[in-house]
Parts: sequence; C-alpha cells; structure tokens
Amino acid sequence: MFDITLATWQILVIKVLVILTVVPLGALVGGYAEHKVMAHLQHRLGPMYPGGWHGWATTLADGIKFLLKEDIIPAAADRKVFSFAPAAIMVPIIMTYLVIPIDRNLVIEDLDVGLFYLLAIGSLSTIGLLMAGWSSANKYALIGALRSAAQLIAYELPIVLAAAVVAMLAGSLSLIDIVEAQNFPFAVWPPGIGLVAFLLFTIGAVAEMTRVPFDMPVAESEIITGPFTEYSGMRYIFSHMFAEMGHMVAFGGIAATLFLGGYKPIVPLRILEFIPGVFWFAGKTMFMIFLFLWIRPTFPRVREDQLQKFAWKFLIPVGLVLILATGAWVLYV
Amino acid sequence: MARSYFSQYLTIGLFLVVSVGLVMGTLQLARLLRPNVPSYEKYTTYESGIDPIGQGWAQTNVRYYIFALLFVVFDVEAVFLFPWAIVFERLGTQALIEMVIFIAILALALLYAVKKKVLDWL
Repeated sequence: MFDITLATWQILVIKVLVILTVVPLGALVGGYAEHKVMAHLQHRLGPMYPGGWHGWATTLADGIKFLLKEDIIPAAADRKVFSFAPAAIMVPIIMTYLVIPIDRNLVIEDLDVGLFYLLAIGSLSTIGLLMAGWSSANKYALIGALRSAAQLIAYELPIVLAAAVVAMLAGSLSLIDIVEAQNFPFAVWPPGIGLVAFLLFTIGAVAEMTRVPFDMPVAESEIITGPFTEYSGMRYIFSHMFAEMGHMVAFGGIAATLFLGGYKPIVPLRILEFIPGVFWFAGKTMFMIFLFLWIRPTFPRVREDQLQKFAWKFLIPVGLVLILATGAWVLYV
Repeated sequence: MARSYFSQYLTIGLFLVVSVGLVMGTLQLARLLRPNVPSYEKYTTYESGIDPIGQGWAQTNVRYYIFALLFVVFDVEAVFLFPWAIVFERLGTQALIEMVIFIAILALALLYAVKKKVLDWL
C-alpha cells in the first residue's frame, strides 16, 4: 500500500468525492449507452455527430441544453411542493450509493444494516413522485403519480423478498459481508433458488425504475410523462432523466453486489484475483445495465391491471415460497 | 474496522447534506444560466394543447387505495423478516416452522384480496 497516513475524516471526504463523481458520470455514460444500445438493437445507428466519434458527447450536450432551459412552474401548481419534488426524488437515489461496495475498501460506509438501509432509502422516492404529481395540478400528472405510487409499492415487495433471501444465505445485512459470503455468485449457487431470487430482483428493479415493459406511470402515448408532465429544464432532468439513469446505475450495482458476487471474481480462482475488484464490480454492473437496456426494446408495455396482477398474483407468492425454500436449503443442505 | 454506531450515522448525515447540496447547487447554477421570458400561455396547465377543463386536483380512482392497504400487510412483514433472516440458522427448525406459520397468515391476507377480486379490474 501507499505510505500515506490519512485521518479518518480525510478518507471519508475522499470517498464521498469519489462516489459523487461516479454517480453523475455513471448517469451520463448510462444515458449514452441507452441511446446507442437501443439504436443498435433496432438496427439504427443512433446519435453519430455530437463530439465527433460515434456521438460520444450526446448526453453531455443534452445536459448542457437542459441546464440552459427556462424553468416553468404553472400558475395553478403548488409552487413550494412542485419545486422541491425533484430533490425529493433525486436525493434518495444518490443516498443509495452510500453503502454499495465498489471494492473491499471503497465503500463510503459499510453499515451493519446496509441491505435494510438500501430498501428503506429506495422506497422514499415514491413520496417525491406523489409530491410531483399532486402539486402539478394537472390531470395527467395526478394519474401518473397514482400509477407510480401503486407500482412502486407493489414491486417493492418482490425486491424485499429477494433481498431477504440474500440476507438468509449470507447471514448478514452488511453488503461487504454479503459479498464475502459468495464464493460462487448467489445467482448460480444455491442452484435454482439464487436464480429465481435474481430474476425477482431484476423484474422488480425494472418496475421500480418505471422502464418498459412497466412504464405505465410515464406512458407517453396516453399521459404524456405522467408526474413530470409540467416539469421543464433542470427540474425535469432531476425528477425524470437523471433519476432514471441514477436509479439504473444504482440497481445495477446493487444487483451486482447481491447476486453476482460484487467485487469478487465470478469463480473463486486464484488466477483471476490479479484483476482489481473495481473492474469486476464495474463489469458486473455494466452487464446489469445492459440487461436493463436490452429489456426496453424487447418487450411491449403491459396494461396497468396486468402490471398489478403480475406483482400480487405471481411475483409475491413466488417470493414467499422462495423464502421457505431458502430456509430449508440453509438448514438442511 | 471498529467504528462506533453513531459515527456511521454521522456519515449518513454528511452524505445527505452533500447530496442535497449537489441537487440544490445544480438548480441554483441553472437559475444563473437560464433565460426567463414569462408569458401567460406558458403558465397555463398543460392539457394536450387545449385550454384546461376544470381543476387538476380532481377525484380519481379508488382502486389504488387497495394496493396501499395490501402493501402495509407485507411491509410490516419485512420488519420481522430481516432480523429473523439473520439469526434463524442458529435457532434451527423451530424458527423455520414459526416463519412458515407467519408467511401462511400473510398469504391468507393476499388470498382474501384475490377472492374479493380487488386485483381483477376487467
């Protein structure tokens, strides 16, 4: 290691700075990846001009454009709630990055209750969406907000159940302990149980991000952009685009940590350990993000009632059975 | 790393302040950069280009209320589930049987909702 000794607070500041660089950068790269991956899956080229090489600066230009856009708050809206809603959506998403371990030592704070913290913080965004939808005083926004809230709480449960399976297998809620407990990633071992939990989590994550096929709350062909209909400029970016991308990177990281072995090599071979953990983590996160992007042009949007039925009649019962199956596996196998 | 319980929460507090600062700072930066050209039409409520009819704060479908109720059933479960998930291996078969009973009671609530047809809209 280096011969520099730092005070605890200095380490903390450095970690916070690193994570706060990674979040916007991840969102930018995610936005670009979304353009390009979707385009290529649909046999298009996607953006080619901004920045020169394959349009790499597209999202950067987008960001600057939104920064320069006029901020319009409708006369009928509840001004205070309306202007704070984007922060109420965005802050919890940034807060999730606090506990995600990028490497064995690169985590801002390895909380004892890390997993529980993630679930608790993750569900706070729902309040922001309701704030945005209700304060807009717009019919589309109201319908969109209620759809979001119903969807977010319905799909929170498969995620909670899948996370509980991970907690049972690892015997801890600390994310570092969870990664250390995975000799093989949980997605492949225990056979079957891990994979089903992983799929539950992935489906739940796609729904939590309100992405296709679960994008009824922001279905542009019927309710414009749902709760964000009245938003413009930077507030729109924070409440919708940046939030979705930040969510996607966060969920990618969480899935990589919980199910794919985080910063550890995929298989426990000594020969693979020369690759730093950061790269393993980044690779797995990118795989998850690619999976989320892949789903989008592949599936059609489901109807609102189908969406709720799918959660309550299929995913949640499967999750409950899975908990018992995991219990039996841990105790008797 | 033996860190005290409160110092962990201090980090959360610090991170909260920093992330609120990040969001608010960017919004303030945008305030300095963006134009402001007000006109009456810009501030009307959007309703697909026509003049808005009635108020936005309208009555809406009560169906969503059911999901909030159902959610409470299972979210309370999560509070009990996680502490159990950490220690059940030490407690053995008895703990698993207790969880089977607990989950059966919750499943009964879900079954009741299904039988009441609150999840079928069409």
